[in-house]
Parts: sequence; structure tokens; C-alpha cells
Amino acid sequence: MARERNVGVIQGLRYQGGGPQTAWLLHRISGLGIVLFVTAHILASFLGGDLGQFINKIYESWWFQIIVIFCALFHGINGLRITILDLWPKLIEYQREAIWVEWFVFLPVFGLAVIVIVRTAWEVRMAQNREACLSINAA
Amino acid sequence: MNFETLMWLFTRLSALAMYVLLLAGVIGALIMGARNQMNLADVLRWAFTSKRHSCAKHKRARSGPLGDTFLENCRQFTVFTAAAHGLHGVLSVLDDYFAQPRVRVLFRVIITILMPVLSAIGIYVHLDFIGRCLNEYSSI
Repeated sequence: MARERNVGVIQGLRYQGGGPQTAWLLHRISGLGIVLFVTAHILASFLGGDLGQFINKIYESWWFQIIVIFCALFHGINGLRITILDLWPKLIEYQREAIWVEWFVFLPVFGLAVIVIVRTAWEVRMAQNREACLSINAA
Repeated sequence: MNFETLMWLFTRLSALAMYVLLLAGVIGALIMGARNQMNLADVLRWAFTSKRHSCAKHKRARSGPLGDTFLENCRQFTVFTAAAHGLHGVLSVLDDYFAQPRVRVLFRVIITILMPVLSAIGIYVHLDFIGRCLNEYSSI
């Protein structure tokens, strides 16, 4: 419990923690991101109306899906590392190696997800263009 | 073991539980015949919210060995687990930046109220969505 500590956010970021600190920071950011985005998505669906549709349109857009996927994937994979190392404390000796493995798993999966999201968005856009052209030709 | 230690353990165990639930959702969807027109959003949707509303797209298996109840319960359990895990995570972040005991108690009260409310709203929204999808499906 850090009750009497006096370290600011900027000061904390200057701490040279290396890989584990990066993982901690990204875990924190992605966790808050998931809570914020999912809560906004649920409340927007619940309230409906113009504001709700506006929020959900952003939530469902391809670039925002990339952010959501980043948060969910990183939080999930890093969380699994934390869980394994915490439940088997002897493994903490290999924390740095575990973080390497984590990035090794995360990057290809995230890259694949980004490719699929962008490609799907592109196909939808192309289909919309085609429909628009057809309706113009029909008219 | 005090409450904070208990929640520390809960955070780890619920993470593992969510992995199990996620795999149950995806494998369940695959067993029930989800094959074509798959995309990432659908996979995530099945993972976290089971299969009911994917029926409109995949016209199979609304009954069967993995019928409604099991995956429905999985989904609601996932919502509650995720809400508890996430809101407790917010609390531990807030604890890092607010040290006054009164403020901490206030945050605990707010989070304790938010937890069931948000879970209930989440489940309501989802049931509503499933209902609309099933209406669409039956009108095809």
C-alpha cells in the first residue's frame, strides 16, 4: 500500500523499467481502454437515440476496432503471463524471457487481426461503391 | 487472507476463467456448425457471447447437445466475471493515485454499486439484441 508516497505520473514514467515497465504501462492503458470502450458501447446500445448511434458507429468503425483489438489482445496475453508468473512464483526468475515470448505471440496475432480488419473494411467499401455505381446506372 | 488478497487472487483466477469461457464459446460455435462467412468480429462475438444471435447467419442447431442453456449460462457468467474483473481493475488503478482513506472508501462504494448495475444493463442489451436477431431469423 503506497499511502505516503510522493511520486508524480511524469516522474514515474522516467523510471527506467525496461520491458516489464512497458508491459505494466500497456496493461494498465489497455485495461482502462477496455473498461471505457465496452462500457460506452453497452450504454450507447442501452440508451439508443442519436448519441447512442453516433457512439456505436465510432465503436464499429475499422480504425477503432484496431484499437479495441489491441487492448483486448495485449491485456489478454500479458494477463496470462502475469497469472502464470503469479501462481507459480518460482518462474518470476524468467520474467524477461516471458515478456519476449509474450511479444512473440502478440505481434503475429495482432498483425493478422489488423490485416483481416482492414481487408474486410476495404471489401465493404468496394461493395458499397459498386452498389452506388449500379444504382446510378439504373437511374 | 483479507479482502484485498482475495481480490488479488480473484483477478488471476477470473483471467483464467475468461480464457476457458472464450474457448468454450469459440469451440461451441464451431461444433454447432459455424463455418462460413466467419470474420473476426463474429469470432469475438461467439467467444464472449455464445451463439444464439449467430443463428440468423448460420441456420443450424438451435437445439442439440450444446443447446441454449449451457452457452447462455456461459455468456452471463462471462459478463459478470468480466465486469467484476474490470471494475476491480479500475479500483486498483485508482488506489495507485488516491491515498486518502475516505476517497478510497468512496471509490469502493461507487464501484460496488456500478458492478451489478452495469452487468444487468449489459445482459439486458444483449438479450434485446438476441431477441431482435431471432425475430429477423424467424421472418426469413
